[in-house]
Amino acid sequence: MENSGVKKYTFKDFTSDQEVRWCPGCDDYVILRAMQKALPEMGVNKEDVVFISGIGCSSRFPYYIDSYGMHSIHGRAPGIASGVKLANPDLSVWVITGDGDALAIGGNHFIHLLRRNLDLNIILFNNEIYGLTKGQFSPTSLVGQKTKSSPYGNTQPPFQPAELAMGAQARFFARIGGNTPKEMTALFIEAEKFKGTSLIEVLQNCVIFNDGCFTKFTDKSVRQDMQLHVEHGKPMIFGKEKNKGIVLNRLKLEVVTIGENGITEADILVHDAKEGDPTLHQMLGRMQNPIVTGIIRAFEDVTLEEREDALTAEVKAKSKFKKVDDLLFAGETYQVD
Amino acid sequence: MDTIIKDKQPEVLQAVVIRFVGDSGDGMQLTGTQFTDTSAMFGNDVATFPNYPSEIRAPKGSLYGVSGFQVHIGSVEISTPGDSVDLLVAMNPAGLKTNLMSVKPGHTIIVDTDSFTKKNLEKALYETNPLEDGSLENYRVIEVAITSLTKETLKDVEGLENKSITRSKNMFALGMVYWMYDRSIEHTIEFFNKKFKTKPQLIEANTKVLNAGFFFAETLELIPNTYTISPAKMPKGTYRIVMGNTATAWGFLAAAEKSGLELFLGSYPITPATDILHELVKHKHFGVKAFQAEDEIAGITSSIGAAFAGDLAITTTSGPGLALKGEALGLAMMIELPLVVVNVQRGGPSTGLPTKTEQSDLLQAMYGRNGESPVIVIAASTPANCFDYSFMAAKLALEHMTPVVLLTDGYIANGSAPWKIKTVSEMPEISNCIIKEATENWHPYDRDKDSLARNWAIPGSPGLEHRVGGLEKDRVTGNVSYVPDNHEYMTKIRAEKVKRVANYIPDIEPEFAKKGDLLVIGWGGTYGSLHSAVKEMNDDGYDNIGLAHVNYINPLPKNTEELIKGYKKVIVCELNNGQFANVLRMNFSGIEFLQHNKVQGLPFGNTELIEKFKKYLS
Repeated sequence: MENSGVKKYTFKDFTSDQEVRWCPGCDDYVILRAMQKALPEMGVNKEDVVFISGIGCSSRFPYYIDSYGMHSIHGRAPGIASGVKLANPDLSVWVITGDGDALAIGGNHFIHLLRRNLDLNIILFNNEIYGLTKGQFSPTSLVGQKTKSSPYGNTQPPFQPAELAMGAQARFFARIGGNTPKEMTALFIEAEKFKGTSLIEVLQNCVIFNDGCFTKFTDKSVRQDMQLHVEHGKPMIFGKEKNKGIVLNRLKLEVVTIGENGITEADILVHDAKEGDPTLHQMLGRMQNPIVTGIIRAFEDVTLEEREDALTAEVKAKSKFKKVDDLLFAGETYQVD
Repeated sequence: MDTIIKDKQPEVLQAVVIRFVGDSGDGMQLTGTQFTDTSAMFGNDVATFPNYPSEIRAPKGSLYGVSGFQVHIGSVEISTPGDSVDLLVAMNPAGLKTNLMSVKPGHTIIVDTDSFTKKNLEKALYETNPLEDGSLENYRVIEVAITSLTKETLKDVEGLENKSITRSKNMFALGMVYWMYDRSIEHTIEFFNKKFKTKPQLIEANTKVLNAGFFFAETLELIPNTYTISPAKMPKGTYRIVMGNTATAWGFLAAAEKSGLELFLGSYPITPATDILHELVKHKHFGVKAFQAEDEIAGITSSIGAAFAGDLAITTTSGPGLALKGEALGLAMMIELPLVVVNVQRGGPSTGLPTKTEQSDLLQAMYGRNGESPVIVIAASTPANCFDYSFMAAKLALEHMTPVVLLTDGYIANGSAPWKIKTVSEMPEISNCIIKEATENWHPYDRDKDSLARNWAIPGSPGLEHRVGGLEKDRVTGNVSYVPDNHEYMTKIRAEKVKRVANYIPDIEPEFAKKGDLLVIGWGGTYGSLHSAVKEMNDDGYDNIGLAHVNYINPLPKNTEELIKGYKKVIVCELNNGQFANVLRMNFSGIEFLQHNKVQGLPFGNTELIEKFKKYLS
């Protein structure tokens, strides 16, 4: 990237001396590596990169990246990251979280972080299970899913993270399979470039407690038919034969085949990630067959720090208080002789 | 009704307590504040306390909707808003009913007779009219038709709504009180001129009503003597009246300027702490970053993030909020970042008594976290010294790399008193532990050999990249460590770091008898009450009683034990069930700590304290 004053890095510069301790075969390794590859491409100095995590398997992430980092407490990374960013808007701030951390115990912070739109990035490792506590259902576990805390099947309907996030006014939402490192690296770079809060949901396989939970979408053999990878400005076409597409039928998205029933490429919806109205993005986020990956929404909006900066500058320019003493002696004071 | 013949010469009083009461919408807070400011400018020492319902606009005339403002003014040192009232101004029957028990028999009550209607009497649960049934015969009651007199005064002022007319009746009462206490109305007129700059008809109306009240009192023989309270002997200087919460906010502003750091506040609204947030959000011109978070937890976690990134970070709350912040406070302790948590205590437990005062969060502040997690705990003790202790809380946090809990309470936070303004340059220097560049062999948990404070490496500093977190840290590298010996070592060093703060704080200076028969120990917001009581006893010849008021609670000042041993008996007075007494017992075995406790949501009364102290002296 062109950015004068930024040092040249390789992925090694972002690799800490700590031994990585996730289970062998965990997608978390893929995410870590994708991030270590993406960071040198972002045009930021490593001393300006801060990773904040909560609690859970994914939240060990900051220990493995050689930058600034904090492994905090369960669900609270959004608050800490907000404080870091407000204190120093020049930093590149990343929230690392999981489905339990972000959507259960930290649900409140998660929605408010999205609503405020600070310029930072969130990576949501969604594996539809609690891993670190060894296998309880999470807010994204499916109804009927058997887990340690639902031996007869889960009775609590799940959140769809995309739907929740966009309901909370997320300006940027992207989704990616945990086994597609190249696309993931590219998404991380895009997320950093985006001005505003970027949320990336990674469909992350947990080899121990929920193995194969996303196989029907992510396995190499089905991926092309079960994933629509959207790109801004391009028609929503997918499938091994690149002949399937999405059309809007009344208030529903529908899969059609190009060349059947008179459908041509011109009938297929063209993806507009930058549209402010989230209705269509919500529908794409909810789709299950295929699921949608890539950048579903990227709507540029004023960030919180921009609003704060502007207001501060305005108040400063008008204020007669330059020093704290000016305030202490202003207004109703009196002399005792 | 008593009719007192007016004396031409004002009688000189040392001190007087006045309480204005009425409906929440009657402007009693404004009336009280005006009387306070005028008296302070006249040179009196003052102390005030507002007493308002937690309902914002309770039904008119109801008992629970009564709002009050008490002011104590004197030519002598005033340290509390006073217990019993010399003059009660009651704008309605509900105000009279709920406040009568505070008026000393033989003292004066002014009532607005217009408000003593059948309906209002019923709302105040009076079966008969107290103005007629003889129940007030122990008091001097001054009956004035304040509402009709106000209307009469304003009948010729054009462009006034009915609402504005009735709303200005508080100024009629204020005018009367000004005359009774020989005060000038000038300050309040100036206030109108400023406040209603764009509404000249309101300036005219309020000025007219204030004057009318003043002249009415002068002309009417119903009014008892006028009194005057001479200026108090106070140190020379420039003063202002401050509320505790404002002083707390300003102390942080001063600390930020002194330390050269930017101030970050993460907070969530909670009574009675919210005024600190209200004050700090105004000061964007000083670069203050005040962040109203989605909850108490985000209030503290955003502050932890700001502290990690190099700001002077604080969070403000009250009891239930501190409970919610507990886990995050443990994190701040574990990762050893500077952070100030202000707890403006209120009546507990649970939601408790949000608008009343109590000191029952001391043990929560000291121990309300999982694991061994010591933090510094300090307490302000007057509205004015909230400035000093918020400043000190910031200083200690920054110099020792640890969270500090600053305890105040509803009584001093909402109370106001004169403050001899301190300039920022008069305040002590604040250093910090920031390092800018890595030296050879640098580690994030390298410590200062005296204070044991770790260094503060801030994101953005090249070569100092490191990770912190809630998992136990290796003693040197700060990496995660499960090594048994290391955990014990780290537990002890975190405790030792807080303990060593004792080397950096002042000794307790006892007041009155430096040795003797009885030592009164207090902490925090009870200073005014305890000081007045012990002073009064000393004035009456009890020279064997002393007062040790504690501001630094964890750790305790180094001379605490020695000081206590200079007295035959020790009594610990607090507005809780004995929390500080237990802290002292734990620290100093073999000493008998007597207790005086009160848990009514109210401050100590002078009489109750003196009775108790005399009992232990005999």
